[in-house]
Amino acid sequence: MASPGEAATDDSHVGKNKKPPARYWQELPEEGEDENKDEKGGEKPLPQKDQQTQKAKKRKQEEDQRDGKKFVSGKSDPFPGPAPIPKERVQKFKRKDKAKKPRHQHFKLRDMMKRSDEASEMSQKQAARFDLLLPEDAGFLEGDEDEDTCTISQEDIAEAVDITSGAKYFNLKLSQFGPYRVDYSKTGRHLLLGGRRGHVACIDWQSKHLMCEINVMESVNDVKWLHSEAMYAVAQKKWLYIYDSNGIELHCIRKFNDVLRMQFLPYHFLLATASATSFLQYLDVSVGKEVAAFCTKTGRLDVMCQNPHNAIIHLGHPNGTVTLWSPNQKEALVKMLCHQGGVRSVTVDKTGTYMVTSGLDKKLKVYDIRAFKPLKSYFLPAGASCLSLSQRGLLSAATGDVVQVYRDVWSAPVTKPYMAHRVRGSVWGLHFCPFEDVLGVGHGDGFTSMLVPGAGEPNFDGLDANPYRSAKQRQEWEVKALLEKIQPELISLDPTELGYVDRATFEQRHRDRVQALGYDPLAKEKFVPKYKKKGRSSAGAVERRKKQVAHEDQRDEIRKTVEDKMKMEKEIKERAQKKAALSNQKSALDRFKK
Amino acid sequence: MAKVSKAKMSKKVFKKSSEVTVNSTALKPEVVYDDDDDLKGADEEIISEEEDGEDERKRQHLLEAISALGGKRRKALGERSEAAVQMSEFMVNAEDESERVELSDLIQIIEKTSTVPAKTKKQLKNLQRSKTIECPLSKQESERIQRDVAFQKAATDISRWKSIISQNQRAEQLMFPLNQEPSGPKPMERVVTGWKAQTPLEQEIFALLSANKQPINDPILTPIEQASMRAMSLEEAKVRRAELQKARALQSYYEAQARREKKIKSKKFHKVQNKAKRKEFLKQFDEMVKTDPAAALEELNKMEVARMQERMSLKHQNSGKWAKSRAIMAKYNEGARKAMQQQLEVNKHLTQKLVTSLNGDDEEEEEAGDPELLPDFVNDAEQDLDSSNPWMRGRLSEDPTEEEVNSDTVGLTTEQSGGMEYIAEEEEKVEETEDNVILREFDSRRKLRQALETDTAVEMSVDEEEEEESKAAAEDGYASDKEEERLSEFTNLFHEIVEGAGDAGHTDTSTQLEAEVIRIRTLGSVELLTQDNSATDKVHVESQKPLSTENLPSTTQKAGKSRKRKKKIQLKEVLTKETKVMKVLLAPTIEASEELEEKLDQRGLIKEAFAGDDVISEFLKDKRKQEDVGTSKILDLTLPGWGEWGGTGLKPSRSKRRRFRVKNAPPPPRKDQHLPSVIISEKRNSFISLHQVNSLPFPFENHTQFESTIRSPLGRTWNTERTVKKITKPKVVTQLGTIIEPMAQEELVKVKVSAGKNSCVDSLKIKY
Repeated sequence: MASPGEAATDDSHVGKNKKPPARYWQELPEEGEDENKDEKGGEKPLPQKDQQTQKAKKRKQEEDQRDGKKFVSGKSDPFPGPAPIPKERVQKFKRKDKAKKPRHQHFKLRDMMKRSDEASEMSQKQAARFDLLLPEDAGFLEGDEDEDTCTISQEDIAEAVDITSGAKYFNLKLSQFGPYRVDYSKTGRHLLLGGRRGHVACIDWQSKHLMCEINVMESVNDVKWLHSEAMYAVAQKKWLYIYDSNGIELHCIRKFNDVLRMQFLPYHFLLATASATSFLQYLDVSVGKEVAAFCTKTGRLDVMCQNPHNAIIHLGHPNGTVTLWSPNQKEALVKMLCHQGGVRSVTVDKTGTYMVTSGLDKKLKVYDIRAFKPLKSYFLPAGASCLSLSQRGLLSAATGDVVQVYRDVWSAPVTKPYMAHRVRGSVWGLHFCPFEDVLGVGHGDGFTSMLVPGAGEPNFDGLDANPYRSAKQRQEWEVKALLEKIQPELISLDPTELGYVDRATFEQRHRDRVQALGYDPLAKEKFVPKYKKKGRSSAGAVERRKKQVAHEDQRDEIRKTVEDKMKMEKEIKERAQKKAALSNQKSALDRFKK
Repeated sequence: MAKVSKAKMSKKVFKKSSEVTVNSTALKPEVVYDDDDDLKGADEEIISEEEDGEDERKRQHLLEAISALGGKRRKALGERSEAAVQMSEFMVNAEDESERVELSDLIQIIEKTSTVPAKTKKQLKNLQRSKTIECPLSKQESERIQRDVAFQKAATDISRWKSIISQNQRAEQLMFPLNQEPSGPKPMERVVTGWKAQTPLEQEIFALLSANKQPINDPILTPIEQASMRAMSLEEAKVRRAELQKARALQSYYEAQARREKKIKSKKFHKVQNKAKRKEFLKQFDEMVKTDPAAALEELNKMEVARMQERMSLKHQNSGKWAKSRAIMAKYNEGARKAMQQQLEVNKHLTQKLVTSLNGDDEEEEEAGDPELLPDFVNDAEQDLDSSNPWMRGRLSEDPTEEEVNSDTVGLTTEQSGGMEYIAEEEEKVEETEDNVILREFDSRRKLRQALETDTAVEMSVDEEEEEESKAAAEDGYASDKEEERLSEFTNLFHEIVEGAGDAGHTDTSTQLEAEVIRIRTLGSVELLTQDNSATDKVHVESQKPLSTENLPSTTQKAGKSRKRKKKIQLKEVLTKETKVMKVLLAPTIEASEELEEKLDQRGLIKEAFAGDDVISEFLKDKRKQEDVGTSKILDLTLPGWGEWGGTGLKPSRSKRRRFRVKNAPPPPRKDQHLPSVIISEKRNSFISLHQVNSLPFPFENHTQFESTIRSPLGRTWNTERTVKKITKPKVVTQLGTIIEPMAQEELVKVKVSAGKNSCVDSLKIKY
């Protein structure tokens, strides 16, 4: 992966003396003991041969007998039981808290709960064990003594790292078509550039292979990759267009006009757009249908981001508020007042825990988006126009033509940037490349690919977003992803909400149903008197008939209520009798009564 | 006439016979009547002959009459006056009712006659001995009984299957056909155990192995292991564990019970309990004396030690605080008197010397120990002591001088009971004049000890009671004063906040807020207004903290306002939170060449200049609006003219309006209640509810249980392959191409046997 990270890891590997791997039949090596000491979660202590007293031996033997497999050929297993898993790692894969056990339970319930607990624990342990298969570590930039990391220039870094990593620092000088918007595909392989003056290009940026380059002859507001690198959406002056990777226009969507910003929700196949007419619209790209369109009534929407955790769209507004939207509700889910001036940029981290905003009041604020509480507030002398969070939680902020990268903005108070870089024009778009230690900066003078050690996630999920996938793999993934597409109805603030029991009352559910159906299915149909001939349908007669029916209904109701009342009274009486009978019995404390 | 009587008798006889043969009864009386008819003609002839018989009959009548005088009147039998000529030879002529023919009479004759064979004699004897056999049950009944029995048998038979069936029902996975040997390679150990050396080479090898004392098939089960297996099978261990668990549970229950009882505050209850315990202990002690004298002696020693301690301490004497207070109360309160008595009794009992002969002879101890150990006077005989021992009674009559004082105090304290008591006391005083002398002595001594304190104490007590009364009746005087104090404190704080806020620079807040501030100021007193306005921001923050922590009970309007107030202040604070200035090493070049840039910058500059002007107030307004939508409005359902005059210019009366005003329940607290800068929509997401489970499935008792079971993911995306397989394994697995037969009886037996005996094999199975 990224070179600095690798360098760090290499060091640790090289430092170790090479030893032949320990075998279970050999005498227990020292190393094993050390490991065991480290791992607090170890289930059984390793038998130490030199210290073995008679007692210990006996105990060990008993242990062995409990597990028949260990005693195959008369020799005891030096590593009895399953390998221990460190506690922290198990904690990382925690599924749920253990259910509380009430005292009196139905046996079926007890069994079910027990099984569920066991299954979750097992899956947790297994997952923790398989975490071993993620070998890569993230690196970071480390300066010499008295050297700020932010003073290290990109050229220095590029020189220091290996060639392939060094090649990831490059500049594209595209001064003709104005400031550029940037987007990386989900796998991080492909780069999409959209110049303000109509230049759109997609590049396989690692091989520097230009896939297509077009000029749409219109102003371009934003560009976005769709689910794969075969398609991308371009928000042009008036309409929204979709092109394929060869630059062929696939669709012009007239329903989406004046789009300023776009976000793509990869698991829902939704393209969310925010327009200058203050409309937030959702387009299902798998079926090409508009899912939802809301008028937010807050003016021009040019600040937008998504929460990758729960697919909620965040919009920033000129009145200093940030609103959260889902396609299921016509009004904002949450409205937060973040800045005293307008909001310039918003971004949410990968885990959906933190939101970082910057405003016209030159402040940079960090919120805990789960509790909607402010965590940290920073003052940037120039304010930040663009923000972007990397997979590992590095924050990049653009102030004018300077790109600054911060580390740990939410945990510790930060006073100076982790890295800084000056680009040639004012920054227009920022995007961290997934799975790479690279930050793409689109600016007035083209595009700059920066090296930011420790930005990308070092371990990728090959089934989810594989940077090295072939065309065939991509096709298969596409099919699977489409099959596993999440319906837009399931988008809500709490992604686990689906797992809760709906506790709404019957009335509420009925109301929902009425709203969904458009009529009340339980409503009693109104009595319409039949037309009768021979003058029997005179107005008076009809009225009489109506009244008769109404009275009949009323009677029924009254009868019912009276019956209910009687029943209640009877019950009460019975209860009272029982109570009286009970109270008649003498209690031990009756002797104190006077 | 005698004839008639005879006839009657004959009827009787027939009746007797009718008992045996039921069927013939209907006919016989008729026969009798016929006979009577025949007898009519020959009536006259017989009269003379039967003269003496008539006498007899008269006597009988007389006797009957006499007997009838006494007890119940017997129903007179219908008499037949007609006589008959012929007498039926079937009639046994018995003179009277009492002279019935018994079976024994007949048998006696048989016994005398030797001609009757012995066998019949025996049979007859048997007949005589046995009672009448009940008639057999009807067919239906007998069948029903049979059915019942059969059902019970079948039920017991079937109930044997119950355990295995429930076991199968509860099993996580069932593999059909059941109990099949697992196919595929067997574990090595099993193969080895069933294998014997056959070829000479093998035999040779084994001989070598055995010669070197190498284990041949021991690795599977070493002797030690076998022994341990034998020592405790899995089943046994389980049973034992269950027992232990039960014992532990019982213990914990007992402990919980004890704790609960210990917590009970009722003194009476504890007294009763202690008494019961003592009794129990005594019982045990008696037994202990018999069985284990050493332990009993120890107990006695303990008692002795307790006595010593009691004698040393002043615990149960009337010198304690409580006792003193009781002594004061004793004059007016019977309960207090009794309590004192009891205490003194306890003291006496505890300090009583135990006369024990346990040290000496065992026999004597048995006799003497029982009466001695009974704490008779502790438990009972309170009444007895009352009359006999004036010291124990504690009803002390007062000096006449004090009485006067007391009379009004009594009147003050309690109206009814006190007065009653007072009267009763007076009555008793008259009776107990002799005792008074002694009592007064005692009292005077006590008074000497207490000196001046008594009077003050009495007054104090009165005061206290008054206070209580006043508190209970209505919050006036002192209580209200307190409240006022609290309020003033509150307002103090409040003003500090207000002023602090004002200082902090609230000039830009909306006019509404200002209006509120003014209102609050008018509410406050003049003094408070003159407080120094130099409350800095820090002070304001500090004052706010205790306010938030304090849970002031008074939920007046002010409190509500202040809370709102606080929110707003917080909001401001949120926005102007301490901000860290970040260093920017590379200053941005401000060479805004682009037009767009410039435009934006200008706009930004303008915005910056007026930052925070209206943003906050607008947001607050928005939030208020949202809150108001949620809050319920008062619904006025008054109709003019109903029950009173209506018309222009006439308003419905206030009482009516009040009656018809419908106030909805307040909505649940908003989610953004404590987040001043956030508006969270309270709208329900009805879309997701279509996909949610909306009723709790069967075995679950509450939502959390169900939710926890569906909480962890099952899919391949989140789990390893093995886990997925294990989690999603089917409940029933059937093998293709095999016949699934119903469970046989043998399997039931097998299960039972295996549960007990083959635990070793079972454990092996469990392993693999």
